Formats: sequence, structure tokens, C-alpha cells
Amino acid sequence: MPAPRIAGLYSREFGVAPQGASSGRTLFDKVFDSHVVVRGDDGQCLLAIDRHFLHEGSFHAFNKLKERDAEVSRPDLTFGIEDHYVPTRTRDLSTIDPAVRSMIEQLRDNSARHSLRLFDLADPGQGIVHVVGPEQGLTLPGLMVVCGDSHTATHGAFGALAFGIGASEVAHVLITQTLWQKKPKRMRITVDGTLAPGVSAKDMALSIIARIGADGASGHAIEYAGSAVRGLSMEGRLTLCNLSIEAGGRCGMVAPDGTTIDYLRDRPYAPQGALFDRATRDWLALNTDADAVFDREVVLDAGEIAPVVTWGTSPEDAAPITGSAPDPATIADPARAAQVRDALDYMDIRPGQNLTDIRIDRVFIGSCTNSRIEDIRAAAAILAGRKSRVPGLVSPGSMQVKRQAEQEGLDHIFRDAGLEWVDAGCSMCVGMNGDLVPPGERCASTTNRNFRGRQGPGSRTHLMSPAMVAAAAVTGHLTDMRLLMREPAQAEAEARP
Amino acid sequence: MKPFTTLEAVACPLPLTNVDTDQLIAARFMKRSRADGYGGYLLYDMRFDESGAPRADCVLNDPARQGAEILVARRNFGSGSSREAAVYALVDYGFSCVIAPSFGDIFASNAVNNGLLPAIVTEPDCEALLAELMQGARTAKVDLEALTVEAGGVAVPFSIDPVWRTKLLNGWDDIDLTKSHAAAISAHMAADHAARPWMLPQRRPG
Ligand code: SF4
Repeated sequence: MPAPRIAGLYSREFGVAPQGASSGRTLFDKVFDSHVVVRGDDGQCLLAIDRHFLHEGSFHAFNKLKERDAEVSRPDLTFGIEDHYVPTRTRDLSTIDPAVRSMIEQLRDNSARHSLRLFDLADPGQGIVHVVGPEQGLTLPGLMVVCGDSHTATHGAFGALAFGIGASEVAHVLITQTLWQKKPKRMRITVDGTLAPGVSAKDMALSIIARIGADGASGHAIEYAGSAVRGLSMEGRLTLCNLSIEAGGRCGMVAPDGTTIDYLRDRPYAPQGALFDRATRDWLALNTDADAVFDREVVLDAGEIAPVVTWGTSPEDAAPITGSAPDPATIADPARAAQVRDALDYMDIRPGQNLTDIRIDRVFIGSCTNSRIEDIRAAAAILAGRKSRVPGLVSPGSMQVKRQAEQEGLDHIFRDAGLEWVDAGCSMCVGMNGDLVPPGERCASTTNRNFRGRQGPGSRTHLMSPAMVAAAAVTGHLTDMRLLMREPAQAEAEARP
Repeated sequence: MKPFTTLEAVACPLPLTNVDTDQLIAARFMKRSRADGYGGYLLYDMRFDESGAPRADCVLNDPARQGAEILVARRNFGSGSSREAAVYALVDYGFSCVIAPSFGDIFASNAVNNGLLPAIVTEPDCEALLAELMQGARTAKVDLEALTVEAGGVAVPFSIDPVWRTKLLNGWDDIDLTKSHAAAISAHMAADHAARPWMLPQRRPG
């Protein structure tokens, strides 16, 4: 693996731990082992699946079922959610692009044919799959969760083992409620200390990716630990685990604790009463033994994490906002130099340019990474009483988040600032519904991928936290949000409609 | 699925890092039915300009690389979205093997499920293969039994998970294999229900 890109400053790394030196098991081992149905001689394990989430992209898998004339094995554990293609400015499907509409209709047909619970556009619980699962209490500690979407790692915030799968695997789970997997290696990422005011889980995650690389956790299951991780709310943990895939990790987990239990109590699909108490005992036992050994350990100091933005076309191309874009002429590794040159060229950024000098054309607040109520509040706190210099879209992660934000009056802050306040869906994260960044435009975005063309052909994406996007909106260029932070009381007073 | 043993074919060098699945197949093409074929949309924005005309500087448009079945790229190939359509695009275009120093995990398992070999080589070996191909070697030879790849004057080893290798060599399909374990699955689920009665989703009234 090539050396880390930036920000090697605030981390140290241990070597690979010897295997078999300890009998202790990790959180990951405990959840994985309890789901093994068959263990093959070759190391492949057939795993039982507890929750399977589907979205519009599942049509390839349903077509495979049709070819085999197969049924869904466990409709009671399978949930459909309309999110990737849904319109956000209307809920009336008769008015939208017929090709997009047909994606939504195929999911409706397939859900109806197999009697699956579907969170459709008319459902008050509709939203992005990785927001809805936790919010409805469908995601619980210790569960094996899969979805045909790479950000399924999000659900690991509860101590669930959650990972994204492809269409062939979706078909396999639909038909058998199981999946063959080989046990990955284990990596622990420990973040100790206290995050500075305004620094969020997104900054923590981007710092980790910048440190270990976009494939740094490839082949590994990540456990996030340390006092700074424990100090995160469920929303923050969801953001952190969500970005595991951008470090190449297929899953990321946080051990359940009091924060987890408090969040789950009284969620619609979560156990209740005596069953909840019983579950709580089981959940709190899900943690890594003190003598467990990881294949790789990475340690970061929370106090050294600053607000981070990406400057390139991979999430590993991230740097503190106080820094500058790299200069390929000073990079010794020719492959890395070529990669940086291509990325700067695509992004239209000069080598060594100060990140705060980068002007933006548009903002987007949304996606499964940063669209929960805390994210909306963090952006609103910066935007309160201010105007956005650029157009932009705010799409809450679920209709429930949207209602709650409206009860708090936050929709007024965004509208008054000149941004659009729309309905829930994947929206401009991936642009499948037509919410696109126009060619050549530069978008400050709370999403997870700054890939070429991700937000539309020719679009340029800078990833950052909701507060950082709000700050960029206010000034029209990438900005250290700490300069715009106010006393909470003042922000709150300003926030009142 | 067709078994994969050896392959000697035109090889295409793609000296890029982080070729993500959004590049392999852009979201806007994913509404299409697989029956229509995804090959025309592979790396679309790299292959074609805004007017839809082929870009001369794209190696996939090089007349010498037409009919390529082997692709050689730099690290972290197929990272990002779990979209299996990225594999459909490669397979429908004609590729049977991608060689790189590392792959996105989900991409690699999707590849194997579609008979596409994701072969891992070291970074120096990858650079050597790229250099051979860019200096004029047109074909490469991949041997999945021997775990070797050759191009021009270079022969290097590659690695792949042994389970995936067996699956590719035999062209096996997981679903049939899994169905033979139906009794074990039912037994596991019954025992699990007793051990974790809280696992089932609760449906509350209203
Ligand atoms: S919000 Fe974006 S990353 Fe998340 S599930 Fe939707 S498309 Fe995928």
C-alpha cells in the first residue's frame, strides 16, 4: 500500500498482531460467529441474515428470482424502501420522467408480489434506507444486516454486522436468507480525546480515510473505539460507520452502550417491555474482550482533527480546511503524482492552492452520510440569520427527520437563506432522480463520494460536514466553519422563526 | 456460469488509480435492462465526449485494443458503489479478467459471481505489466490454475482468494450449493429464535 497521503501527523500505527496469541474475541467475531450456519473447510461460512433492505436497484435480483421461479424465503425480515430514484420536489409520480418512475414501480410490483413491507412515498416513514432502518428500530445490535448498497456499513453504528452486497448476492439472500462469506481480517480504529467545538464525526471519518487511504481497510472489518467515538451520538456514529466503505472496509461497528439503548427504546420495530429489557442485557454483552487481538490497529488523537474538506476525486484526497491542495511536482511516487495531477485537473484546482480560495457554485445537504436531525441542526446553526451566496438543496434523510426539523423551525432558516427545502431521498448524492449538479459546477456537499461525475456528468464535488457546507454557502467559497460559529444560545435565538 | 481456466487475449492497459464503479457505469445508465447489454456504457465518460463521439485519447478506443478481454489497472479498482452493473458493463463489453494491485471488496465478489476474474498483482508487477502493454505488447495470457499472468517479456504471479478460484475454475453457482444446506438453515433459525427472541421485527399497532 502506498504511504498515507496527508495528515499522517496525528496518528500512529501498530504492526500486525500475531494470530492466535489470544483467546479473546472481538465484537465482530461475536456477531459473525453467532450467525454461522455452515462452516466450509475452505473458510467460507454460510451466514444467517437477520435484516435485508431493498431499494429500487434490486430489480436485477428480482429478475433472477423470476428466472428461477423462486420465492422470497423470509418476507418478514425483508424491507423495501423507495429512496434512490424518488423525486424530492414532488411526490406525484405522474409528473416525473417515465424511466425514473418505472424504477419505483418495479420495486412496488416486486414488493407486492412477494408481500414485502415497503416504505413507499406515501409512507410517513419513507426516507433513505440507511436513515430509515435505524430510525424505525429495524436495525438492532448484534444483527446481521445486508442491503444491495455499499453504505450498509452505516447500520454498524448499533453494533450490528452490516455490509453492502451486489445483485447476485441480493438474489441469494432473497431466496435463502443466507450468504456465503469468508471472515475478513479485523481492524480497530481508536480515536481518543475530545473533538474540538464544531468538529464532527464527518471530519473524524475523512481524517481516517486520508490517513489509511481509500483502500486502507480493504479486506477488513472495522471496529471504531476510543473515548471520542464513545462520545458521539448515534447520529455521529452512523456518519462514522457510513464512511467505512470509503476507506475500503466492508463494515464498521461501534459496540452498543447506553447511547445505543437510549436511542432504540420505543422505536416502532424495536422490541418493547420485557423483551426490550432482555435484549438490552444481550446487547450490552456485545463488546470486544480485553485480550482480543486485531490484525491491524490505527490510533488517532481527536484533539488534532480539524474540519476537513476533499480537494480531489477520491475520499482519500482530504485535508484540513486550513491546508492547501497538494503539488504533484513534490510527490515522489509517480503513480500517486499522476493520480493527484489528474484529480486537480478534473477539479480545476491549482497545485498548492489554498483550500479556502476554492469558490463554489452550489451546495447540497443530504444523503445517508449527513441528513439526520443533528446534521440538519448543525447546518442550520451556521445559516441562521444569514444568506447563502449560491443555490442549493437541503434534503432531510427521512420524512420523519423532515417533520422534526420543521417542528423546530429549521426549514425556515434554510428557506430564508435561499436554499431549497425538499423531501427525503438519495437526491443529489447520486442524481438518479434528476437532482444533478450541472456540468463543470462545483458543489460543497455533505455526501460520501467525490468521484468524477458522481453528482452528474462533469460535476465537481467537495465532501465536508453539514456545518462546513453551510459555511461555504454563506461565503461562496470553502470556509473554516469555526469562523462562523456562534454561541449556542445566540444561534438558538436567531434560529427561532 | 462458464468455467475459467486460461485466457490468452488482447489486453488493455488502464494506468489509473481508484477506477470506481461510478466511472465503470454511470448512474444514469442503470435504469436499463440487462437484456439490452451494458457494454456500450462501460467507462462511458472516459470513452466518449459530450457529443457522444469517441475520445481518441481513450485506450479503449485504440484500434489495437479492440476485442480486449483483459484489463490492467492500478490500485483500488472497482471501489465505491456496490452496483453489480459495473461488472455487467465489463462482462458485456467482453472482459473476462481485470488485473490490479487491489480491488473494492464488493466489486470483487460481484465479479466472481459473474465469472469475471479479479486478479491481484503486486504494485511493481502491475507497473511492469502496464509498461509492457504501453510499449506495444498487445496480448496477455492469464492462467488461473498456475496463478500467473504474462504480457510481452514479463511473467508475474497473481493471487485470488482460493474459494473464488475454485468457484471460477468450476463455474459454480452459490444458490444451488446453499440449497443443499436447507436443513441446517432451518435448524439454525429455530435455535436462534429461542436464543434471541428479540431479533424479529416488532410491528406495533398504528
Ligand atoms: S444517499 Fe447516496 S450513498 Fe446513501 S444510499 Fe443513497 S445514493 Fe447511496
